[in-house]
Amino acid sequence: MWGFYIEQLIHSLPFFLKGLGMTVAVSGLSLAAGTVIGFIWGIVRASRSRFAKTLIGAWVDVIRGTPFLVQIFTIFFLFPEIGIQLEAFPAAVIALTNLAACFICEIVAAGIQAVPSGQREAATSTGLNWFQQLRYVILPQSMRVILPPLVGQYVLLIKDSSVVSAIGVLDVTRVGWLTVQRIPQGLLVFGLVAVLYFVICYPLIQLSNRLEKRMSVGYTRGKE
Amino acid sequence: MLETFNFRVILEYMPLFLSCFLATLWLSGAGLLGALGMGLLACGMRISRFKLLSRAAYVYIESIRSTPLLVQLFFFYFGLPSLGLRMSEASTGILALTLNSGAYLAEIIRAGIQSIPHGQLEAAVSSGLNYFQRMRCVILPQAIGVTLPPLLGQAIVLVKDSALLSLISLPELTRAGQIMTSERFMPAEGFLTSAVFYLVIYYFLKSLTHWSQRRLIYLQT
Repeated sequence: MWGFYIEQLIHSLPFFLKGLGMTVAVSGLSLAAGTVIGFIWGIVRASRSRFAKTLIGAWVDVIRGTPFLVQIFTIFFLFPEIGIQLEAFPAAVIALTNLAACFICEIVAAGIQAVPSGQREAATSTGLNWFQQLRYVILPQSMRVILPPLVGQYVLLIKDSSVVSAIGVLDVTRVGWLTVQRIPQGLLVFGLVAVLYFVICYPLIQLSNRLEKRMSVGYTRGKE
Repeated sequence: MLETFNFRVILEYMPLFLSCFLATLWLSGAGLLGALGMGLLACGMRISRFKLLSRAAYVYIESIRSTPLLVQLFFFYFGLPSLGLRMSEASTGILALTLNSGAYLAEIIRAGIQSIPHGQLEAAVSSGLNYFQRMRCVILPQAIGVTLPPLLGQAIVLVKDSALLSLISLPELTRAGQIMTSERFMPAEGFLTSAVFYLVIYYFLKSLTHWSQRRLIYLQT
């Protein structure tokens, strides 16, 4: 009996790979857009503008305090009510981009605040303007603090992208859910889905660990 | 949208939301307790001298961390019956939450234990304490202070993760929003109300985190 199911599963492998492509598309697009937005928000959050800081802080709190599933349902069902028709795919990308931006914003803000204030003062007295300070002094130094948790956050976001299957995006989780109706062997089907995620996420986790070790070595050496 | 926001219907559905709120608290509370046990066990195995135990814990932790909770949940939900094991939705959900958060807690506890200076362990060994006495009286009490803030952070994640249990049709907060959407077609009211309840839990846990962090700083100085 198992042999029969495994054969069936091998036959539907292209379907799974298509789903994997969708997962990669959703998370790739959202991570790229979320990184850009997250860096902008993070820089604003670490700046002195009190109003913008509080605004972003409150929004980040709301997003971090509610489940992603609730967010995605809200976006998917709410936008039509205010007159914007959304397909499942753009709704998923918008929701995941927003989530990514909020988490990355926190990481970036923490990284910028970790740079000693003497650096900024020195940059100011050298006559660099605000943008130059950021570009040549602050960001290059904060990258060492930002990079390891950023890669770790990417892993979490790729895993969160599985939730978009709930609004019908045909990602690899959704493919597993559809397949299990036909091949009633949950262990096999979702084992395969898990392996596909594992192939993407495990190397990224290792990269994050590696980065953490390398960056902290540099940091202690710099301190001495 | 806001001019059509219907508070009357929200009030009408409030009993449902409250009972679902309790269900979320109960499910994530049970998941957290299980995860604590699982985390301690996995952490103990991970740092043990026996290669086999350590290896097994590593495989468990890494395979959980590299796959989404939703896939793990479906794995148990669809997979256990095909092994002839029938469990209720609630126990399947708690099992998935336990195993998922347990892996993260194991890493958090391990980081806490490793943050304790090695001299403490050596002193405990030379006072003649055995493994359990060392853990119970020397290592863990000191590790708890460092572990508490990230542990509460994981509790926040766990509460949010419990929303996924609505996808195996457990009646909890997100499910209440779905029910309201399907019965009255009021997604805005339904999901925003769920969100408010989640935010209540989030702010409570977040202030606890701040409190434990302040306490930690106080203890260290």
